Amino acid sequence: MSHATALQTAAAVEAGSQEFLVFSLGDEEYAIDILKVQEIRGYENVTRIANAPDFIKGVANLRGVIVPIVDLRIKFRLERADYDDQTVVIVVNIADRVVGIVVDRVSDVMTLTAEQRKPAPEFGLSLPLDYISGLGNLDDRMLVLVDIEKMLTSEEMALVEEAGE
Amino acid sequence: MDITEFYDTFFEEADELLAEMESHLLELDVDNPDLERLNAIFRAAHSIKGGAGTFGFEALQRTTHLLENLLDYTRRGELALRRDIVDTFLEAKDMLNDQLDAYRQGTEPDPEALERICETLRRLALEELGEDAGTEIQGDGPGPAPAAEPPTEEAPVKGEDSQSEGGRFQVTLIGVADKDRDLLIEELAQLGDIEDQQAEGDCHRVVLTSSLSGDDIEAVMCFIAEPEQLEVRGLTAATPPAADESQPEAPVEATPARDKPPAPAKAEAAAKGGDAGKKGGESTSIRVPVSKVDQIINLVGELIITQSMLNQVAEDSETVNDGALVTGLNLLQRTARDLQEAVMSVRMVPMDYVFSRFPRLVRDLAGKLGKEVELVTEGKSTELDKGLTERIIDPLTHLVRNSLDHGIETPDRREAAGKPRTGRLTLSAQHQGGNILIEVIDDGGGLSREKILEKARHNGLAVSDSMSDDEVWQLIFAPGFSTAEAVSDVSGRGVGMDVVKRNIQAMGGHVEILSTPGQGTTTRIVLPLTLAILDGMSIKVGQEMFILPVSAVIESLQPRAEDLYSMAGGDVLLKVREDYLPVVAVHQALDVADAITDPTRAIAVIVQGEGRRYALLVDQLVGQQQVVVKNLETNYRKVPGVSAATILGDGSVALILDVADMHRLVQSKQENPVFGAPTRARPVEEVEPS
Repeated sequence: MSHATALQTAAAVEAGSQEFLVFSLGDEEYAIDILKVQEIRGYENVTRIANAPDFIKGVANLRGVIVPIVDLRIKFRLERADYDDQTVVIVVNIADRVVGIVVDRVSDVMTLTAEQRKPAPEFGLSLPLDYISGLGNLDDRMLVLVDIEKMLTSEEMALVEEAGE
Repeated sequence: MDITEFYDTFFEEADELLAEMESHLLELDVDNPDLERLNAIFRAAHSIKGGAGTFGFEALQRTTHLLENLLDYTRRGELALRRDIVDTFLEAKDMLNDQLDAYRQGTEPDPEALERICETLRRLALEELGEDAGTEIQGDGPGPAPAAEPPTEEAPVKGEDSQSEGGRFQVTLIGVADKDRDLLIEELAQLGDIEDQQAEGDCHRVVLTSSLSGDDIEAVMCFIAEPEQLEVRGLTAATPPAADESQPEAPVEATPARDKPPAPAKAEAAAKGGDAGKKGGESTSIRVPVSKVDQIINLVGELIITQSMLNQVAEDSETVNDGALVTGLNLLQRTARDLQEAVMSVRMVPMDYVFSRFPRLVRDLAGKLGKEVELVTEGKSTELDKGLTERIIDPLTHLVRNSLDHGIETPDRREAAGKPRTGRLTLSAQHQGGNILIEVIDDGGGLSREKILEKARHNGLAVSDSMSDDEVWQLIFAPGFSTAEAVSDVSGRGVGMDVVKRNIQAMGGHVEILSTPGQGTTTRIVLPLTLAILDGMSIKVGQEMFILPVSAVIESLQPRAEDLYSMAGGDVLLKVREDYLPVVAVHQALDVADAITDPTRAIAVIVQGEGRRYALLVDQLVGQQQVVVKNLETNYRKVPGVSAATILGDGSVALILDVADMHRLVQSKQENPVFGAPTRARPVEEVEPS
């Protein structure tokens, strides 16, 4: 760990705060741990993979690395899943893998303190509770904090080979 | 200086020395041993001993010391070689390997094993030299001391002798780089007291008083510098009297340093330097981790992709008609291809790397089975990707074991069949197009069609007497199949041939068997030369581009309506000349939209995978190109019908089709129509021959 990040982490631990990347799916706002994010790029040139679940859009070339692209809007049954100039792919690094996730829009990076993070309600959200680490309260905005690693490595995402293989 | 920094170098060198020792031992002609070979074996043991002493690997030092003594007697003709002696030497060599492994993992070697091998070596010395040693050494004259000593005792005593036969040495470093020189001098300082040192041009002289022998000092230095760069000379003046006495009784360092000062060091250096050119070649080669080479290969792959992207842009844009640009791009293309070839050649290693481990295996196994077998290797210099050579060793070992156990008959049976008593096992490798052909050929009894069929029936496999020989031989690869009458510890448990086949297929190759009763069996493995690059045929289906391995393509043609036969269950057969081939439509297998569904308007590519031929229906053949293979499983998972992916000139990803898997995919889809595509299964259109 470099000196700078060590300091940052130390500061973050001290304040109990954490940085999140905020994106939107439909009308809801979600946030993931910024440390898991590798880069953000446009949605283009995705090669379809046959016989894969519909939310796996295919694979794309990320500077020579073949990266699967998952559309969270389809996975979580949002009404619309259009692809336009605004559609972005957040490339995340999870469990030694690189995966791209398609979202409607990336808005900003937020720092949430411990007080601003609340436990998630038992129901009422469009994502299964398993993948939600909490809710972020920011003035009048509500952010759903997603445990992206847990979500993408889960069995139902079909991204990772079943255990034992 | 931290001496542990040199551990890795020592381990690697010791590994090489042991491998060298083994190959020499195996090639030794017991009745008429080649002196050069014996010397080489001795030197290998000696060098390891030197290093082991420096690094404090006691078990290793003890074992090599005992081995070295025996070897020394052999090379001086005082111990007549026998097969079982060579076996003991080989056993000791294996033990050294184990000890090295233990040290490498930072543990001490098994003390029991150490005692056992030391005891074996000592007993050998006692039995073989017990009476002879004394008289012979006496006959030699000069050294009266050792004659009185029993050989068992002699070994450890001699060890002390060679330790104590030090003195003053002048060590000259010739043309050693500054960094290494400092290391060497530090190292020397640890071996003894440096009295004086001076530099002259690129020579650096160090006068050293040490309790070690000149050879030992040199052996230590050799882990850092090349033998040619070193000269260790004993100085007469301050040689302690003790060393004087010990000289004649130390046969290991046969030439007393005092009498002919430069001789031992120079002879050793010359011998090492001229060691079949192997050592000499090392100074012009470097050791690089495979991961670094792979990184370069990846980067070159990227470069090629970028280059073809540029070419495509230049071709597409009509405004660009600049001669200089076109020339530049062409030049770039050529250089990039050359670079790619050059880099790929770095990964290539000769098959000798694989074949060299078989002489030992064959020898040991043949002995155990009571058979006489001569091993012949052909095409040792044929080159193959390093990654593949490592993965071919296990399957090949299995095939060789099978040939020895089931193939080649016992000498008596061979004689009765009118064949020479000694069986012949041939390992051969050769290039064939973009593939390497590896064959394991034995001149044994061949496969028994009846036995295989009987066993297959017994195992519940679907067989019939009318099966062709090829099909019968393929049964051997079924899981749990073994026709051996008795299960031996060599083979016959029926695990194996299916694993062999699977491993080879995983490497993108295939395996086939040719057998003639009474004359022998040939197992042929065909592998691609490398896994990193593939000769691909790009095909288009609908709007999607796929790559087919050219090696799997036999021909392509436009099907005529009268050659298509519709079968019950929706299957379609295509008549190609005299054969009826099943038809697999890519758009069905991979759910491609907007593809040509009328087979007479599509193109049938006849492909072969896992020995099965069928026709693959595609819309269009686009072209042939070399593609860089990218693993899909790095970030995703295995995709049915697809072996890997690649990046096309426009930067998009294309999937490389797995011809054999495609066929399975279609079959499983027919059995279970919603297989794999639960959310987007669309009505599968029937391919109707018109």
